[in-house]
Amino acid sequence: MKGTLVSFGFAALVWEAFARSGIFPAVATPSLLAIGAALVAMIADGTLFVHVLYTLYRIVVGLALAAIVGVPLGMLMGRFGSVERFVLPLVSVLNPIPSLAWVPVFIMWFGLGNTAAMALVFYAAAFPLILNAWTGMRSVNRIWLRAASSMGADDRTLFLKVVLPGALPFVIAGLRQAFARAWIAVVGGEMIAATSWGLGWLIFDSKEFLNTDVMIATLVAIGVLGLVFERVVFQLLERRTVGRWGMVRMAGA
Amino acid sequence: MRVSFIELRHLTFEYEAAERTVPALRDVTIAMAESEFLCVVGRSGCGKTTLLNIVAGFLQPTKGEVLIGGKPVTGRGFDRGVVFQDFAQLFPWRTAQRNVEFGLEMKGMASAERVETARRFLALVNLEAFAGAYPHELSGGMQQRVAIARALAYNPSVLLMDEPFAALDALTRDEMQKLLVDVWSQTRKTVIYVTHNVAEAVYLADRIVVMTPHPGTVKADVRVALSRPRDPLSIAFLEYQKEVVGHLR
Repeated sequence: MKGTLVSFGFAALVWEAFARSGIFPAVATPSLLAIGAALVAMIADGTLFVHVLYTLYRIVVGLALAAIVGVPLGMLMGRFGSVERFVLPLVSVLNPIPSLAWVPVFIMWFGLGNTAAMALVFYAAAFPLILNAWTGMRSVNRIWLRAASSMGADDRTLFLKVVLPGALPFVIAGLRQAFARAWIAVVGGEMIAATSWGLGWLIFDSKEFLNTDVMIATLVAIGVLGLVFERVVFQLLERRTVGRWGMVRMAGA
Repeated sequence: MRVSFIELRHLTFEYEAAERTVPALRDVTIAMAESEFLCVVGRSGCGKTTLLNIVAGFLQPTKGEVLIGGKPVTGRGFDRGVVFQDFAQLFPWRTAQRNVEFGLEMKGMASAERVETARRFLALVNLEAFAGAYPHELSGGMQQRVAIARALAYNPSVLLMDEPFAALDALTRDEMQKLLVDVWSQTRKTVIYVTHNVAEAVYLADRIVVMTPHPGTVKADVRVALSRPRDPLSIAFLEYQKEVVGHLR
């Protein structure tokens, strides 16, 4: 906790110094006070809450679809060489293309709005999920498979009781990466695909009246949300599973 | 002629490697009585682990067969339990208790009975107090004890052990050997125990089969006629050790 405060305190100092330095016009570098005031105003009138909900909704839907498609696909790749040979080249070619590069295409296909944003999230999140599930399958220790089958486990049992838990450290790592890329996709998508609400839209819209304080405040909100998810969702998930099992050393341990 | 409980008949195993066939085992024939403790001793590459893997059902022999209780071995089965050398053989996501329950789950045992049986086997290896611990919380010796309990819990008639104590320190190894003899005298399993440690073999076994490599064949079959518990510092013990080492040259 103390470490976090020190880091943020330092960052705040640096920002304030930068804002007051006059390197850029004052209107472009709002002070901490201005940012804080904008944040408070957005929270007070409820608009921040609505924007966050819209953005989270797009992330959750896109991520869930990506997980439903990507994790099984990655596992199939790990299990069957034929699937791997077929899918891996396609994944390798598409993976480096940033999700945002697809925005114009997705707008043409899906029109402006929610669907395009969710499609972008799906695209961005799918590849880390596929690749990590695939790696997770391949990293399952052979001795667990040998021991289990010597005790009578059939293929289905091996998969459910040995491979799935064995691959979990990688699957969780994949979820984290997918989540991070989903944020990039959704904020970028909201900015360009002109959705009506959302944190990305808020940033984009603020430029109309040079509301840089709102812009930066929104960035802060995004960062805080990311931190909360990391601590509350991912670290908790890890602690309950792979951390407890000693398969992964917990952060800060 | 007495019908043996385990028969290895003319076992031959060859594998393909870079344009030639490597004979790992050639014409190995061994007969074992029920509840016998057999140690297979040899230096690395003599095929002793291959032999064990064939009896366990992980490998199919190129020629020959394995019979247990008169029936040929065709793959893995509930009549055999395996303990490997690697501590990582335990499932990290399961507690000691749940690891031991695994074979019982495979057998379809009901939950209450499973828990009770697993507890019993953990008590047998003196780990009842650690039933709720995860493998990574246990020492190497404790993990191997859980592995032994796990292999025994579903009541196989044969216990196959592949250098299970080789990665432990000498003091722990001594304790584990004593424990194993205790467990064996209580459960009366037929044991095939692979090791490169001659003193360990003389301490544990009713009978020691010495194998030599390239290809793996049986060189000698020594019966150890010492009563248990055995004293590793006694003259008789050292004489047996000398005899076995002599065959290994």
